[in-house]
Amino acid sequence: MNQSTKSLLSRRNASDSPRAKGARGESDRFYVWTLRGFAALFSAILLEFVYSIVHQSWPAWTHEGLTLLTGTTWNPANSVYGGLPLILDTVISTLVALLFAVPVGLGTALVLNFVLPRRLQTITASMVELLAAIPSVVYGLWGLYVLVPWMSTTIQPWLGRLSGGAWPFSGDPLGAGIMLASTVLAVMILPTIVAISRDVIAALPKDLNEGALSLGASRSQVLRKVILPSAKSGILGAISLGAGRALGETVAVLMVIGGNAQMPRSLFSVGATLASTIATEYTEASPGNVAALGALAVILMVLTAAVNAFARRLVRRTGALSS
Amino acid sequence: MNDSLDAAIQDGAVVGEFVTDPLLQLRKVNVSFSGRVAVRDVSFDVAPNKITALIGPSGSGKTTILRSLNRLHDLTKGAKVEGDLLLGGVDIYKGGIATMLLRSRIGMVFQRPNPFPTLSIYDNVVSGLRFNGIRKKSLLDEAAESALISAALWDSVSSRMKAHASTLSGGEQQRLCIARALAVEPEILLMDEPTSSLDPVSTQRIEELMTELKNRVTMIIVTHNMQQAARVSDNCAFLLMAEDRAGELIEFAPTSKIFHDPSDPRTVDYVNGRFG
Ligand SMILES: Nc1ncnc2c1ncn2[C@@H]1O[C@H](COP(=O)(O)OP(=O)(O)O)[C@@H](O)[C@H]1O
Ligand SMILES: [Mg+2]
Repeated sequence: MNQSTKSLLSRRNASDSPRAKGARGESDRFYVWTLRGFAALFSAILLEFVYSIVHQSWPAWTHEGLTLLTGTTWNPANSVYGGLPLILDTVISTLVALLFAVPVGLGTALVLNFVLPRRLQTITASMVELLAAIPSVVYGLWGLYVLVPWMSTTIQPWLGRLSGGAWPFSGDPLGAGIMLASTVLAVMILPTIVAISRDVIAALPKDLNEGALSLGASRSQVLRKVILPSAKSGILGAISLGAGRALGETVAVLMVIGGNAQMPRSLFSVGATLASTIATEYTEASPGNVAALGALAVILMVLTAAVNAFARRLVRRTGALSS
Repeated sequence: MNDSLDAAIQDGAVVGEFVTDPLLQLRKVNVSFSGRVAVRDVSFDVAPNKITALIGPSGSGKTTILRSLNRLHDLTKGAKVEGDLLLGGVDIYKGGIATMLLRSRIGMVFQRPNPFPTLSIYDNVVSGLRFNGIRKKSLLDEAAESALISAALWDSVSSRMKAHASTLSGGEQQRLCIARALAVEPEILLMDEPTSSLDPVSTQRIEELMTELKNRVTMIIVTHNMQQAARVSDNCAFLLMAEDRAGELIEFAPTSKIFHDPSDPRTVDYVNGRFG
């Protein structure tokens, strides 16, 4: 046995001695139990949270039942709590916001990755990130002062003329309303979509691009047929995060949607979302109203959770296979 | 050495004793990146249905030469390719060949297997045909089968064509990339150290494959592995970095000559493992 083998062996013995083992075992156990404790604590907080909201809304569910989901009139003054208009406004404003934000966001992410020189890339990326740092109330103000006049005098009359006043561009061009809320939401969720999909695309191996070009693909074929599909799971994640934010956005929407809970007739309609209604009515709510608002909160939570679960499933399905 | 080669060509004679009717000709090819010369005055011929190997130490410009042949340097800002690169007598830069068409005539296999990870095996194989506008299912099926057979992959994947490419082993992925390139029916296949990320068994299968493919496609292979060059290639180009780190062609000859009777003392040193 030569010198180096001997010293190796002795080192091994040292770390395997009963004392060292015991100490390491204890600290491991301590670590595991601390983590378990935190996990239990968080689960408890979450359960408590869900329980209290469901509990608070319980009278509304027993009293109104499915009307909370399907009733077409929301009129707390007369204790009429039909939640459908609020649900529709929430879902529609989010979907239309995605309709604007997804193509623009993906396009921006692609341009950032494949077109702009590095210096401009950094500048543009940090400007997009700045958008994310603006508080919602500022977006609301911007919507009120800048977008309302522009919508009512330019965009909406133009869309109305173009479509011949047909749905979904029917009705008076009021400025404020579902369409404006969607526009503001689109700008608000854009940074999320751009930042995440840009990172996902940047993380793709460079040789995917060259592999496709070497087969005779055009630049646009590379983007459409190779880059976007390869980044699909991450992009879906980005979109669902954006959707989650849009569904729950409160202040900015409240300021620009018109605050009128009625069944939406077109994109020009004024409306109210689940979140904006909870925020506006809570301060002066009667006990019956408080329970109904709790029910709206439950509906909103379920919607958001559903979007998340859906996105997770898609991400798992595509992600597991692309790893 | 380059001068005598050029002189021989100007005389209309056969270059050396081996290249008649070259498929690809490089004449005084220079490649530079933002003004820094990476490849200087490289001239050699590529014989049809033969395997031409580019050997030389790291940084001697082998990859750079390979990528100039399918115009991949077009993507790199500041990259400049000069000289004549003739495919069947037509200059691939100045001769008016559309880049996309050129790339389907000169395919490429990369150092690391790069199948499209989210596409199925089938979609990977036919991707080049789809890029080139072929939609008909029967044509695609036929091409996929024949390309996979050529790449010696058909037996192991024919029952799971819908599986993702990423479920294959590294060696299988590389053969899938070869199949994908072959499906487009290129005249030339460029291979940049195609086995450097593979285990010995996969490496051997790919080497066997290359020999089998010779009657279908002309291959140019970059390799760090002397034995590989000796085993598979017919002709060999040996490159070395000059003082200013630009890659230069030292010797171009049939592989047996390069390995057994090289003309340049630097080639002797290199093939005997004395540097690089
Ligand atoms: N995209 C590039 N930008 C700048 N320099 C490059 C680029 N590609 C290659 N080079 C330079 O060209 C020289 C040759 O590189 P390469 O062809 O990769 O060598 P090899 O494949 O023989 O190892 C190196 O000095 C390298 O720095
Ligand atoms: Mg190389």
